[in-house]
This record gives sequence, structure tokens and C-alpha cells, in this order.
Amino acid sequence: MKQRLPLVITGIFALWILGALVRRSNGDEALAAFGRLPVVFNGRLQPIDSLARNSLTRIREKETANLEPSKSWYERPRILTATEWLLTLMTRPELADGWKVFRVDHPELKALLKLPEPNPAAGEDGKHYSWNQFGETGLKQIEDNARNIQETKKDSSQRNAFDNATLGLYESMTLYLRLKNTVHPQDTVRFADEIAAYRKSIPAGVEAFRQRMAGTGSFDTNALTEVFGPAERYFVTLRGEPPLLIPPAAGGDSLEWQRVPEALLDASFGAPLLKHLMRIPKAELPPETVSEAIRTAGSRPLHPAVGHWAAMADAFRGQDAGAFKAAVAAYTGYLESLRLGNALAKAGREQRFNAFAPFSKAASLYLVAFLFGCGFWFNFAEWSRKTSLNLVRLAFVVHTLGLLVRMWLEGRPPVTNLYSSAIFIGWGAVGLGLILESFWKNAIGLAVATVIGFSTQIVAHNLALGGDTMVMLQAVLDTNFWLATHVVIVTLGYSATYVAGFLAILYVVLGFFTKVMTADMGRSLSRMVYGILCFATLFSLVGTVLGGIWADQSWGRFWGWDPKENGALIIVLWNALILHARWGGMVRERGIMNLAIFGNIVTSWSWFGTNLLGVGLHSYGFMSGAFTALMVFVASQCVLIGLGLVPQSKWRSFSKAPGAVSAKFPAPAAA
Amino acid sequence: MLSKVFQFLSSLRLTVVLLGLGVAVVFFGTLGQTSDGLYVAQERYFRSWFAYWTPHGSAFPVVPLPGGYLLGTLLVVNLIVAHFTRFQWTWAKSGIFLTHIGIILLLLGQLATDMLARESILSFREGETRNYSESSMDFELAFLHGAGSNDLDQVVAIPASRLTVGAEVSHGLLPFTVRVKEAYENARVRQRAPVMDSNRPPAAPNGIGARIVIDPLPPSRAMDSRNVPAAVVELLGASSLGTWAISGELKSQTVTAEGREWRVEYRPVREYKPFALTLIKTTHETYPGTDIPKNFQSRVRLRHADTGEDREVDIYMNSPLRHGGHTFFQYQMGKEQLADGGRGTSALQVVRNPSWVTPYVGCVLMSVGLLVQFLIHLTKFIARRKPAGTLRPA
Repeated sequence: MKQRLPLVITGIFALWILGALVRRSNGDEALAAFGRLPVVFNGRLQPIDSLARNSLTRIREKETANLEPSKSWYERPRILTATEWLLTLMTRPELADGWKVFRVDHPELKALLKLPEPNPAAGEDGKHYSWNQFGETGLKQIEDNARNIQETKKDSSQRNAFDNATLGLYESMTLYLRLKNTVHPQDTVRFADEIAAYRKSIPAGVEAFRQRMAGTGSFDTNALTEVFGPAERYFVTLRGEPPLLIPPAAGGDSLEWQRVPEALLDASFGAPLLKHLMRIPKAELPPETVSEAIRTAGSRPLHPAVGHWAAMADAFRGQDAGAFKAAVAAYTGYLESLRLGNALAKAGREQRFNAFAPFSKAASLYLVAFLFGCGFWFNFAEWSRKTSLNLVRLAFVVHTLGLLVRMWLEGRPPVTNLYSSAIFIGWGAVGLGLILESFWKNAIGLAVATVIGFSTQIVAHNLALGGDTMVMLQAVLDTNFWLATHVVIVTLGYSATYVAGFLAILYVVLGFFTKVMTADMGRSLSRMVYGILCFATLFSLVGTVLGGIWADQSWGRFWGWDPKENGALIIVLWNALILHARWGGMVRERGIMNLAIFGNIVTSWSWFGTNLLGVGLHSYGFMSGAFTALMVFVASQCVLIGLGLVPQSKWRSFSKAPGAVSAKFPAPAAA
Repeated sequence: MLSKVFQFLSSLRLTVVLLGLGVAVVFFGTLGQTSDGLYVAQERYFRSWFAYWTPHGSAFPVVPLPGGYLLGTLLVVNLIVAHFTRFQWTWAKSGIFLTHIGIILLLLGQLATDMLARESILSFREGETRNYSESSMDFELAFLHGAGSNDLDQVVAIPASRLTVGAEVSHGLLPFTVRVKEAYENARVRQRAPVMDSNRPPAAPNGIGARIVIDPLPPSRAMDSRNVPAAVVELLGASSLGTWAISGELKSQTVTAEGREWRVEYRPVREYKPFALTLIKTTHETYPGTDIPKNFQSRVRLRHADTGEDREVDIYMNSPLRHGGHTFFQYQMGKEQLADGGRGTSALQVVRNPSWVTPYVGCVLMSVGLLVQFLIHLTKFIARRKPAGTLRPA
């Protein structure tokens, strides 16, 4: 039976993965079809589903909307999918405004906004609040405070936790408002009727406008007011920069999508002319363009997609399921007729990727595999190690699949931002762990693979709270060649340095706290660390140098002492130091281990710390959460080094106490 | 005695200490950038023999460190001496040898770049032609006058570093001596307000100086702002020709000396080229619906009279123009803020680095060396493992 256990257990988990992979949608088909519709936001084409999930993640740190957050899970609170929440917010804002979707944790911020304390009877959990609960005064206070912080504390490192919480809530509110006005202005009742009235007013209104601009005689004031009323409303909505719903009329792969209010204004005066007339900065037009815009005003037809969106919005607002389903199908058909089949397919892929959530699945598998791996050390049952190994392999497949799909969706190499670097560092470390395991078969490679695999997923999850993880790349980074070479290789260097560091941690922890460690195991760990360090040096050196070449090609400076470059250089120097110290006989087994643990600090500083400095090309601004996490990690590594410095005679594994360890841990088997 | 010195200079112990100090210098040099700015921090930590790290807000330097030059020199010496004394020249170590040669080349290349590379900025508006680039740091006081026959100017330029208070500068081609009365490393000039500045005299009696005041500013260290110097100078011919306020922010002023008109400009130091660039068109694209820059692109026309070259080129991110030993990189892009929309402006970073090829050679040697060494180790390791046992529990 025990021989079959590894396969049986892995099989169960594999079925779980397969089940998630083949499941198309859970629940309402029309909603799923709506979630698949393509939109452009953050400069990239994505399904409504991603827009909804990323927005909810930004606002309430979850990808779903729990409408009754005060209830425990067993009380079955009502939970909506992100798509349904977004659709409701866009078309029935008065309903959505009552839902507690804003997460507010900072006590002073709650006090400032006079938000209620936890009280399950009243449906308050003390963490989640609705738009309505902020009230007019609350909104004003947040806005004023946020503006004030942005002006007085320009340097983000000056801001304290309250400032960051305020800015975070302000950003969430802004996003919420943008979403609310995506399809139509938030106070619209029936969009189709509104559009019809607006279109009817255009011919006479535009004529009156032309006469007024020409300055020749009288013009019809009423007609002008009738068209300017709605036009001004759309103009205000447009200035809020909602997501872009309207595809290019010519179809195809162009990303020149429009916002709904922009398309509506196109049918009358056109947004550029209005911006010019309203003296929006940087929107001034040369005189000939202005006269041309006045001449052609009112001559363009309304984009048909607007009508489709109105049909979907009105149907959902009227809670007419049949009409909604038909409207979504009609719009999908329209997009296909526009040669937008590619966009639809791409959005569909991303929706399935979101639903499958490969990285969180891989994380769960790493956790389970870790437990089986630990089991092996304490009763030495081979089936436990094999189960762990199979689970890590399965997780690695899912992890790899996720990376590949992300690359396919983005059209980019695997690492494009901090989030994807976390995913990739984990992937590299798991790969190295599996290689180690294939040589040594003592669960040490598995322990390293699962610990780093799982913890990098946690890091990635926290980084994802900022919203979209597939944002478009700035012009400087827009080069797949260097992203694929320099970035990938440097990141693999990070992975390897972490693997060496965690092997060293295992050495210290197992040796100090348990009786598992033997002289043999110590030797094999030290050889593993040495091998991995060689690999780490190779990759970080080659990667750093490639970065230099990129810089020389792009800025004319091989080395510009940018913080991130320096971080990479420090990793190279540190790894080289360990290797040379070993070759020179200056350190032995334990010394190398301690140096390798310090390598974890060095790598974390390069990976995260340099971004926190707020200077240089790779600066992402100060993140107080990340800073605290980094400090805690550094402190923990220092403690481990401290343990490593304790004389080995005091370690449990090496103490000469009765019942010595070696008897318990079997000698290596001769082949 | 000598052998002991050699032993020390070639020792691995020295290598390890130097690497450790290298980690420290790079770390503190990076931290220093937050308070000193990139340029000053580079000068202080990396282009120096000795450095001190001073924590933010502390009055005393706390951590003494060797500077980049000292570390680099010692590392090169250590490597070279080690290869002649201690190192065994065998095939098994060929990779290490190559790697070390590569590192020496990288270090020397960085030094050569420090010494030889010149960076400047060429900025122009659409339609404009430039045959020079300007320093982003250094200014010069230029006196110009039309020399007559051709349309070229005669120029006498005095570097800003010579303009210290009390200094007197003269030149054979200048009909006057320049006496410096005030000098500021960084300052702003502004219109003198009749009421607010009633107790402040104008900056200088002559030229535009009569209508402005100079507000001195602390020298800026931030990467995205530069110092604009200002000064007040008196021009002494046979008698005084007047006292003038000069600043990098002011346009040229006119002085008459010995019947000739001279234009006076305080401007960034210029570096003239044997060819000219004309900015034809700027393109600045963002991703739809965002402010994320997608593409900055300058289309320029390159004309080189000597070679008869005349062509149009696109310069954009990651795609510079290389010509005549210079490399032109897209640096900044903007638009004039004018009511009619305005013309696009573009700034190109111009780099002349005769030693640019050294790091490339160094990199290739080093990467090949590491790869060779890694493969040698790997094959040995695998070969050794086959017959041996594993640590697998029975």
C-alpha cells in the first residue's frame, strides 16, 4: 500500500488541478460571457473579468465581493463574482454604493471618517465599508487630506502609515468613480433613451454653434443649450478617464479604443474641440484644426458599439435576464463582425487564466509538499519523500504553465515587473531544488523548493494588491531582447542565491534544533551550497554584465551606478567573496553556511531594497509595507547567522549527548 | 621582505577583504545617492580614493571606506600579481584565467571611461539645426562678434570655474578685462518688483541687470534639475564699460567696445561637431488611455559636409544614432507651451567614449571563462557521482 501512496495522493491533487482547468464557468453563463468582453484599461486589452478582479483587489484586497463581510464563512455570506459586482456598479450604482467593498484598516482613518465599530448584529465587521458610509463629508475629507499629503510630502519616504492609508483609500475611491462612470454617467436612468434624445438635438444644436462661432448675427440659443447640456455631462465623465469600451471602428488589432463619452461627443463636436474651447492645458489646437473641427461638427455617425453597451446596461439595470443575455450575444457578434475575433479570443484566454489561478494553486501544492517533505526527516519513510517529490513536480508543471500563459498573454518574456520577478524567482528556485533532489534524494532539495516556492507566491500575492500585474511597459523597457536575456538571467541569479541561502538555513536549523543532522548530511549540504553558489555567481555576473551592455546600448553608459545595477553588483561581489574565501581555506563548512545566509539579505536588498530608495531608473516609490517586511526578513536572517555562530558542540545534532545522532540517521547507501 | 609583499599582494585573503569592502562601498554609495544625488555620490564613493559615509542628518562621517579608485587599483594589482606568483597555469583553470582577464579589462575600461568619456546634451525644436552639443553641468561666459567676411562668429569663452569673486580675466582677442564682482553656483533671476524689492538694488546698472534681481539658491544635487549659475561682472577697457548681470537664464546682451558690438552670453559649454543635425519631427506616444510612455522618437536629418553624407534617421529608446565617434540617445522630449499648439522639442544625450569597446571585450572573456569553468566543474561532478553512493536512506 505504501508504495502506491505517493501516486494516489498526487493523483488526487492532479484531479483537482484538471478539474479547475476544464471548468468553463461557475454559475451564470450570460455573466461569464459579459466578463469575457474586451476593454482597454491601463493601456492594454483585457477582459472585463480582469478589470473587475484587479479593481476589487485594489479596493478590498480580494478578487470577489463579499456583500455580508460580518458573517463567518459557515453562515454563508452572499459573495458576488468580480464581474457581477462591476456590472452592478456600472449600471445600478445606487445599489452597489450600499455594498461594503472598501477595506479600511487604519484606526485613525476610521475615526476620521466616523466609520462604525465591529458589530455583527448591525452587519458591521469593522473592516469593510460602503461608498454610502463615507458620505459627502467623508469623501471631501479624504480628497483634501490626500491632496495635502501629495503636496506637502512629495517624497514618499516622508509619509507615515496614516498618510499611506489615506492615499490608498483615495486611489480606491478614484478608481471606483472611474468604474462607476464607464458605461454611462452615474445618474443615467435609461441610457438608450438618453442617447436618442441627444442624437436628436445634434443637427440643430451644431448649426446654432457654428453660427455662434462665426459671430454672424443671431443663433438658436435653445437648440444650443439642448445639445450642450448632455455634451457637457459626457465631457465631465470623459475627464474622469473611465476604461475604454469602444473598439476602433476599423476593427483589427489597433489599441486606439475610445471611451463611451468620447464616442458620444464624436457624434457632435468632438472631444478635442471641446477640450480646446474649455482651455484644458496641453489640449490647445492650431487655428486651422479648430476651424476644421467646427466645420465637420455633427457630421460623424455615432459608433454602433455605444448602442450595444446601452442595450446591455439597460437590460441589466431593468433586471431582464433574457434581454441581457441577448444584448451580450449581439455585442459579441458585432465585435466578431469588426474583425475583433482576436481581441475576443485573447480576452477569453485571460478570463480562463484568471479563473484557473495557476500560481495560487501551485502555492497550495508547495505547502502540502513541504509537509510531506518534513515528514520524511522525522520518520524516514521513503513514501513520504516520494509523495513530496511528485507534488513538487506537479506544482512545478502548474507554475510553468502559468508562466507560459502569462508570457503568451503579454507577448513578453517572463519578468516584466516586481510581481512577475517574484513568480519567476520562485520558479527558478523550485527548478534548482528539483535538480538537487534528483542528485541527493534526501528531501533537502524539496524543502528548499517548497519553502521558496511558497514564500515567493506570498510575496507576489502582496505585490498584486496594487492592481493589474500586466501593466504595459514604459518605453525604456520596451525591448523583449534585453528583458529575455538580462532580466531573466539576473533573476535566475537571485533564485540561485536564495537557494544557497535556504540550504544554509536548513543546515543551521536542522543542526541546532534537531538531531537529524549528521556529519555526512552536513558535508552533502555544504557541497550543494558550493555548487549552487557557483551557479549563482555565473548567472548574476553574466546577467549584470548584460545589463551593462543594455545600458551602453540605450544610454551610452556601460555602468551608471543606478541602485538596481549596484544591487546586482553586490550579489556578484558577495558570491565571489564566498567562493574565494572557500578556495583560500578561510572558511569551512559552517562559515560558508553563515556567509550564504547573509546572501539572502544581500539578495533581498537588491531585489526590494533598491526599489525602496526612490532614486534611479528602477525606482517604484516607497512602499512602507515592503520596507517593514524587508526589515523583518533581515532581522530573521541575522538571528539565524547568530545561531550559526554558536559553537557546534552546543548544537543538538552535534552535541556528544548520549544516544548520538549518527545511529539514528542511516549511513549513505552504497550503490 | 619583497617576497612577503608579493605574497600579501597575491593572497586570496586580500581578494576576499577587497570583495567585502567592495560590497560595503557599493552599498553605502547607493545609500548616499538618496541624500547626495547620483552625481555627487558617484564622485564621493566611486571616483575617489577614500570615502566616508555620513548618515542622513548626522554631522560627522561615521563609516570610513576605501574609494572606488583605491579598491579597483588594489583588485587589479591583486589579480595580476596572483597570476604571476601563485596561480597554476593548467587547462583545468583556463576558465578562471579568462574570467580574471575579463574582470581586469572591465575595471580598466571603467577607469578609461571615467577619464575619456564626454557626455553632453543636444536639444532643439522641430525645424532647428544644431552642429554642437551642450554640457549638462558646465557653463561658460562667451563674448561673440560677427568677424566680417563669412557668417561665422568670433567667440571668446571663459569657463565658469574661472569666474570667482575678485578674479580678473583678460584675453588677447578681447578689448577689455572681465572683473568678477559677484558669482553664484546656482541662482534664479527674476524681474525686480517695484514695491517688494524697494530695499534691494537692481542686480547691475547696465543691460537687463537694471531690471532684475538675482536670488542665490543652494546647489542642487537632484538628478533631474541642474544648477544655473549667475554672476555680476564689470568690463574694463581703457575705462569701465559698465557692470553687467549674467545668468544662464538670460538671453544675450550687447556691449560696445572700441566701436565694435559684442554679444555677451552665459551659456552651457559647447562642443562643436563637424556635422549637423536637424530635428524634423518628434513623436511622443503613450499607451491608449494612460500616461505610460510608449515611444519617444526623433526623426533627424544628418548632414556631414566632409563626407557628403546626408540622410534621415530615427532616434528612439534603445535605438541610438552612432556617427563620427559620437552616439546620440533619445533623452527627453517635450512640447512648447504655446497657444497654437507649439512645436515639439527633443533633447538627445550625446556620448563620446573612445574606450567603449573595452567592456564588451571584457564581458565576452569573462562570460566564456565562467562558462568553461562551470562546465568543467559540472562534468567532473557528474563523473564523480556516478560510482559513488548517495545520501539516500536505506
